[in-house]
Amino acid sequence: MNSNPSNSIWVYAEQRNGELHEVALELLGKARQLAGKAGYNVGSLLLGHKVNPMAQSLIDHGADFVIVADDPRLETYRLLPYTLVLGELIRKRRPEILLMGATALGVELAPRVAARVGTGLSAHCVDLRIDGEGRLLQVVPGWGGGVIATISCPDHRPQMATVMPGIMRAISPTPRRGEIIEIQIKLPELGLGPEVVEVKREKAEELPLEKAEVVVAGGWGVGNKDDWKMIEELASVLGAAVGATRPPVDEGWAKEGRMIGQSGKTVRPNLYIGIGISGVMHHVVGMDQSKHIISINRDPKAEIFDVSDVIVVEDFRKILPLLIEEIRSRRKQ
Amino acid sequence: MKRCIVCVKPVPDPRHWDRVRMDPETKTLKREGIPIIMNPLDKHALEAALSVRERGGGEVILLSMAPPFTASTLREGLAMGADRAVLLSDPSFAGSDTLATARILEAGCRWIGDFDFIFLGNLSVDGSTGQVCSQLAELLDIPSVMHVMELQWLEGEEVMITRKIEYGYTRLRGKAPMAISVRKELNKPRYTSFAGIIAAESKDISVLSNEELKVDRSLIGLQGSPTKMAGMELRRFERAREKLEGSPDEIVRKLLDKIYLYGVI
Repeated sequence: MNSNPSNSIWVYAEQRNGELHEVALELLGKARQLAGKAGYNVGSLLLGHKVNPMAQSLIDHGADFVIVADDPRLETYRLLPYTLVLGELIRKRRPEILLMGATALGVELAPRVAARVGTGLSAHCVDLRIDGEGRLLQVVPGWGGGVIATISCPDHRPQMATVMPGIMRAISPTPRRGEIIEIQIKLPELGLGPEVVEVKREKAEELPLEKAEVVVAGGWGVGNKDDWKMIEELASVLGAAVGATRPPVDEGWAKEGRMIGQSGKTVRPNLYIGIGISGVMHHVVGMDQSKHIISINRDPKAEIFDVSDVIVVEDFRKILPLLIEEIRSRRKQ
Repeated sequence: MKRCIVCVKPVPDPRHWDRVRMDPETKTLKREGIPIIMNPLDKHALEAALSVRERGGGEVILLSMAPPFTASTLREGLAMGADRAVLLSDPSFAGSDTLATARILEAGCRWIGDFDFIFLGNLSVDGSTGQVCSQLAELLDIPSVMHVMELQWLEGEEVMITRKIEYGYTRLRGKAPMAISVRKELNKPRYTSFAGIIAAESKDISVLSNEELKVDRSLIGLQGSPTKMAGMELRRFERAREKLEGSPDEIVRKLLDKIYLYGVI
């Protein structure tokens, strides 16, 4: 390989048990858009064992080439071996940009890789742009989300960024041609870190929050577990997913996977209905891209009203039972 | 006997964040007057280290990269039971991004020397990148694990680690040296006792500048950080803010109209 940096945007394709993580496809969509602006090509990295079949899907979703490191030693994700393989690939092939999903594994792998190659990394980007000089601009929320900062990495390569699932959009796959590059990996015998003893994955919930068209979310104002049932009922009659802010999760009214916010999920539904939610910034950043926002809170000063299209200042207990009843009867007609 | 380092970050108290103002000219945040506290997750990290010491003896050392006036947050950690603290403070550290910070903490860890575990909180409430654990471990060339929600100490030198992943967990078996960043589910931090507060007064806080650490200046601070700030602005929201008035019945009717309008029913 020559020593000049390649003109490539790389997307790390996280996979588990033969399935590509959605975020990889979303990042490929964004990479295609960025590549168009700066004349880059788009590559993807696939690590694991017996993962070759997934390579074409990555190409169909926008990759021009896929580098496949297929080895039994990579079958189960382990931080150190994956870091070593990615570090070596970067060193040899010099991508301009490397994008990774801010998944549970991505958030520990990305910084380790960045430190290994001595480059900069922006975490939880809400947007990515290319500036006039072909450099990546990384847009991140700060201070609980009240501030938007733009970060750049002018002198180090690759420019790295992690993005949470649900922020970018995948392109619709079409049959495309691309190059599949299989590489052999070299790993030391020892010093590969803790051994994986067990991987347990519970079945994902019925309606993933990030994909729902309608979200009904409750906050601290709902008050107790019994009244929380109204949130679930409203969601049920609307065919909506249930969301929550942190307090209902802490109180046990809702599971952690329901949490919407900076350290939870980002949702972008057609309609978001927030009930008993005050609207602190770190929740708002997880839902403010919803197309329509209705908020019900009996506190006239609730901050959520600033980011709402429709405001109801009233105790939700006076509104929801009737609303649920009416929707139910309309649905029957 | 294990030596545990606990990385501690002083942060502006989130309960007072509505006092943060942005200077429109310099585009920097004005944080004066906001009390500084120990990052809440760091207490869970400290509690984990104290449990290690309770189990088999050893030493718990707080490590922090921060301005000198933050020594009070270290006293709090000492009152909880840490043995001593090391504060890394130097004007040349200012403006460090996560990699530059990791380099400085690396030097601090090497200065302390001979450590078994490094504990950190998973995220800090202000920066929230969660990157320091992985980066510090990479620079020290030791394994690391994030999102730890359970630690089970086994016979001999090994520890069983439960690490949260989406919809489940992974269990790993490892041993020292290792960097571990913890979730709040891991434990319940102990309260500081009056006796602890008194004892903390005479515990040692070593303050080190770059004279002692000797980190290459081109690798730290604003100039040594690969990521640079290119702009900052307050977030703006453009929404209709239409208030529905009337009796509950009337409001419900108007809500139904809206929901119908949005194509949901």
